[in-house]
Amino acid sequence: MLNKYPLWKTLMVAFIVALGALYATPNLYGEDPAVQVSGLRGVEANITTLDTIKGYLSENSINYASIVLEKGQVLTRFKNTEDQLKARDILDDNLGKQYSVALNLTPATPDWLASIGGTPMKLGLDLSGGVSFLMEVNMKEAINKAKVGMVTDFRGDLRNEKIRYRSVKEDGNAIVVKFRKLEDLEQGKSLLKKRYQDLLLNTDEDTLTLSAQMTELKLKEIREYALQQNITIIRNRVNELGVAEPLVQRQGKKHIVIELPGVQDTAKAKEILNATATIEFRLVDTTGDIGAALNGRVPASSILLTDKDGKPSLLKKRIMLTGDHITDAKSGFDEYSRPQVNISLDSAGGSKMSNGTKSNIGKPMATVFIEYKPTDRRDPEGNIIFEKVQEVISVATIQARLGKSFRITGAGSQAEAHNLALLLRAGALIAPITIVEERTVGPTLGAENVQLGFQAIMMGFGLVFIFMIIYYRAFGVVANLALGANLVLIVGIMSMIPGATLTLPGMAGIVLTVGMAVDANVLIFERIREEMREGKTIQQAIHQGYEAAFSTIIDANITTLIAALILFAVGTGPVKGFAVTLSIGIVTSMFTSVVGSRTIVNAIWGGKSLKKLSI
Amino acid sequence: MQILQLKETVSFMKYRKIAMVFSALLMIAAIASLATNKLNFGLDFTGGTLIEVGFEQAADLQKLRSLMQENGHDDAKVQFYGSSRDVVIRLGLREDVKAEMLGNEILAILETGTSQKVDMRRIEFVGASVGDELAEQGGLAMLTALICILVYVAFRFEWRFAIGSVVALFHDVLLTLGLFSILGLEFDLTVLAAILAVIGYSLNDTIVVSDRIRENFRKIRDTLPEDIINISLTQTLSRTFITSITTLLVLAALFLKGGALIHGFAMALLFGVFVGTYSSIYVASLVALALGISREDLIPEVIEKEGAEQDEMMMP
Repeated sequence: MLNKYPLWKTLMVAFIVALGALYATPNLYGEDPAVQVSGLRGVEANITTLDTIKGYLSENSINYASIVLEKGQVLTRFKNTEDQLKARDILDDNLGKQYSVALNLTPATPDWLASIGGTPMKLGLDLSGGVSFLMEVNMKEAINKAKVGMVTDFRGDLRNEKIRYRSVKEDGNAIVVKFRKLEDLEQGKSLLKKRYQDLLLNTDEDTLTLSAQMTELKLKEIREYALQQNITIIRNRVNELGVAEPLVQRQGKKHIVIELPGVQDTAKAKEILNATATIEFRLVDTTGDIGAALNGRVPASSILLTDKDGKPSLLKKRIMLTGDHITDAKSGFDEYSRPQVNISLDSAGGSKMSNGTKSNIGKPMATVFIEYKPTDRRDPEGNIIFEKVQEVISVATIQARLGKSFRITGAGSQAEAHNLALLLRAGALIAPITIVEERTVGPTLGAENVQLGFQAIMMGFGLVFIFMIIYYRAFGVVANLALGANLVLIVGIMSMIPGATLTLPGMAGIVLTVGMAVDANVLIFERIREEMREGKTIQQAIHQGYEAAFSTIIDANITTLIAALILFAVGTGPVKGFAVTLSIGIVTSMFTSVVGSRTIVNAIWGGKSLKKLSI
Repeated sequence: MQILQLKETVSFMKYRKIAMVFSALLMIAAIASLATNKLNFGLDFTGGTLIEVGFEQAADLQKLRSLMQENGHDDAKVQFYGSSRDVVIRLGLREDVKAEMLGNEILAILETGTSQKVDMRRIEFVGASVGDELAEQGGLAMLTALICILVYVAFRFEWRFAIGSVVALFHDVLLTLGLFSILGLEFDLTVLAAILAVIGYSLNDTIVVSDRIRENFRKIRDTLPEDIINISLTQTLSRTFITSITTLLVLAALFLKGGALIHGFAMALLFGVFVGTYSSIYVASLVALALGISREDLIPEVIEKEGAEQDEMMMP
């Protein structure tokens, strides 16, 4: 019973702790104020951009520490925040609309550390300051839209195959087609069955009806698509805001988390995020009687809408084109210097537009702006009810057959045209979204939280440190060394994992780990004392103490880990941060308190014949 | 140094009737309070708006309250938060205005009303549906944790221990919730996290005790299960106390230094660790004993050599 570790094992432990310490060091360096310039909408910053920026900075004699181009962004570091702010204003004024200019704090990690992947821990919003939003996608609307689309598709398919039908209607969750003859019903069924494999078709021969039900799989697909589309669009919108290191992420089935570090003016952010707008193009119903419609007798194939001054227009119900075909929209001026919006369409949209306008040259076409405004009412299932606000923004005569790109005028002032272009460009949402949660943390509170968390860790660590030395003397020092190594490993691993974020509860998790991590050593030391009382030799007692306590430590830690992992799975934001540090802490503490402390114990007391042990 | 120098085995189980009555009474009190007082759910669960602001001088709450009323926010709750310069204003869910704009509106009211520079420290807005979902998820998380632990302990030990530890966990969670209900402390997301950590801690304790009971059942023959449990509890008592002390020390640090934001968190853990220590001594082993744990249940067909695989398991 010698209690000696082979040299490689000692070295291995030392190596692991040293590695942890190495990756923990970037946290010791502070942060440099920086300005980040990134391109918008497909434009990437390149070497020319870099030179332009250099030019503007030297023109205004602003000193910068370094300037680099990486991942399509130009990052300029400054010595102080005054230079940073001045540079931001100058670049913002001069670079134009293709670029977003954002203030940033970049870690001042030395190059040699950065080159081996060393980065400081990412701080959560409660520590860095900023705003986070939770947005909810209105899935009901997404499914409704899919149903409306299917009605149109069914009609088209049946018409193309010359199958006569009486009507195609939505009915609850199903689409119901009524036929006139039994053979039409059968032909219709086989056609639809072939085209739409993700629908459940049921026919009733007595009433000559066919009902198509969306399968659970199809519904899921629609929801999934709505969520993904919203995420993509929100990413674009967030980029328009010009925020350094934003985060847009799905959460659960219908929510999207948006984190904007450093943002203080939440009002603007909310306006851009919350606006859900699209446009539709419809032909004006020139045959209908608008007077009669105003009195409530709207023709069955038409709808009555007003513009922002309240002037009514009677429009065809059939939509010529929806906003989801829009690929780009820019505001500008027409030849009479009136604001206009230039719209580009995808190819499917282009051919739809072309077909829709070719036989209608000379007729008026209306552009309808649709906005979904969240109300505070909810349906029985707890979903927010959206109010659909439709407004005619322009009625123009179709001058020629329109194609993939065209323009609309009459959107109002230049600012309004600009705003409309932005909204259109940022995308037309299938399903409207709304902010259901918002948390803003001011920069002072963030800094204060960091300080408080740090103090709590130090004080907790100090108290445990003193207690262990008083209680276990030399072995207490060993436990404290293991505890210190544990702290270093937690910070090192947190810095290495890209997704791990340190939050205030996360810091609490570290404090808690400090308290609980000594448990393993307490178990071992108490066991050693017990074995010594039973009359074993000191070397035997040490050996037995570690051996016997091991399975207890494993069982106790695995069960705690189960609780921590479940917390990780369901938790969000700060709470997830707690789960992360707790889980990492459990794993590292098992290593440091069992293997780490044994290494030290073996090195000091192992292999000697001892009469007394300082425990 | 040694705090507990126990020469004799403490007959813990002699007091099991008293402990049972004591625990039962506490649990009934907790349930009664939860039924009548309910939990004081925080913003995370109820929805609404919270604004924390910092003033340059000590704030006059009365003035702020009337300021809120003048501007039509009759339901505003204005309180100090941590110091007399920090104020938290809570507002319920609104039907009419765009709720997420409320925070900025209040900030503007405060700046014009007090003609002081107001430092926005944080604004939180939570919609109504989020809270319900969260409560559901939180409950589900706790249930999943309990089931997973039940399965693991049953697999590693014995079903009687598994039931014993889960009853102990349930006991701890219930009492902690009860404390929050009786004292009317705010129950928010961080408290929920703390309760899951309490589950982890209390379990840690229970496992250590159960492990020793199993070991002693194998080692000591011809002894009543009751005595085996007494011996095991006595042997582990010293460790139970020391770990509780170190954990309580760090929690005290957290409570004192961590700031107002994690007071609830530290409070839940402080109490939870206290109850967890008690329950690992009395509840878990008592339940296992009541379910009739015996030597035969714990003797494996082949005695496994514990710790034999230590090296392979620990070294990467």
